Amino acid sequence: MNTEDTIMEFIHRRSFIELDARGRAQSLLDEGSFKELAGPFARMQSPWLPMQGVAPQSDDGCVVLKGKIDGKPAVVISLEGKFQGGSIGEVSGAKICAALDLATRDSVQGTPTPAILLLETGGVRLQEANLGLAAVAEVIASVLSLRPHAPVITIIAGTVGCFGGMSLVAGLSSYVLMTREARLGLNGPEVIEQESGVDEFDSKDRALIWAIDGGEQRVGMGLADALVEDNVEAFTTAVRSLLAKGIPAVHRSELVDCYRSRIEALDVTEQIDPAELRAQWRQADVEGGVR
Amino acid sequence: MENMEFKYPKATRRVTGRAHVGVVASGDMEVLIEPSQSTGASVTITTSVRGFQSTWQAVFDRFFSRYDGAVRIVINDSGATPGSVMLRLQQAAEVLGK
Repeated sequence: MNTEDTIMEFIHRRSFIELDARGRAQSLLDEGSFKELAGPFARMQSPWLPMQGVAPQSDDGCVVLKGKIDGKPAVVISLEGKFQGGSIGEVSGAKICAALDLATRDSVQGTPTPAILLLETGGVRLQEANLGLAAVAEVIASVLSLRPHAPVITIIAGTVGCFGGMSLVAGLSSYVLMTREARLGLNGPEVIEQESGVDEFDSKDRALIWAIDGGEQRVGMGLADALVEDNVEAFTTAVRSLLAKGIPAVHRSELVDCYRSRIEALDVTEQIDPAELRAQWRQADVEGGVR
Repeated sequence: MENMEFKYPKATRRVTGRAHVGVVASGDMEVLIEPSQSTGASVTITTSVRGFQSTWQAVFDRFFSRYDGAVRIVINDSGATPGSVMLRLQQAAEVLGK
């Protein structure tokens, strides 16, 4: 493809990342098939933020759409990364759990209802501390209830990424999709630097951060399933192909022994960089990759 | 944080439907617009930035000098500039009119 074609394709693509949480969720569902649950006019907003001088959002930064993908039921739960860093509070946590639990109920009763989680989040909302932590625990329980009955797909598109407690939710999902711009990690770069010093991790070194937490490395390490280009069609196609695969025979988070043996096998006599890590990881690959 | 309320009793044209636009992101805000329960229009604002009541008042005076609709507007704001506020209001009115 010549430069001009590449530029025209870039201009005319429908970016997924540039959509807000609601737009992203709507783009994945069949047109006209969905309705929003507990939307902005339900006014289920955080009671805790105004007490601390922070403006709340009428949907608490969590959009839940129930609809259809290729005519089959699905629920999409989408976090708004631009509101309070997509953080999980009491209300947004309760919305996620209720949506997942309804999907579980429907799936058990014979209508398989996969869940798609669009995670743009720094994790627990600090202003709601313990309630946010409890919410993450409840979301994890709800994901574990649903995933034997219907696939749970996590999408991390960017640019906030998925960190903190919600990275555990990504890890427990049936499948994870990422873009090159997205990041997935337990502790965010600033947190690691603050706790262990700049020698351990320089949070201003963007190349380092993306080499470790970025989508390409996460897919390369088998911690995410596919790298998706930033356009709406690529995401709808990727989601459909994962839904067609159905529930994985073994979930990634069940492979405790596999991961333990891989970590033990690493040669760390010298500091290894992300590329070397991936190379050593690959050598340990069994037939068919991580799963 | 600051809460404020304005009323525009002269905006009496009946409207139907409702609309939600915007995100409470840094320098942005969300607008919820729906038919008013009483005659005239009302505006309720929750903003994270204190001390700009007269600026808000000026923006809404101007908006309702051009827009006639008995609407209830609720805003959650995270430091949107007056220009952004006006654009969000026009967007909300446009989505409502569809």
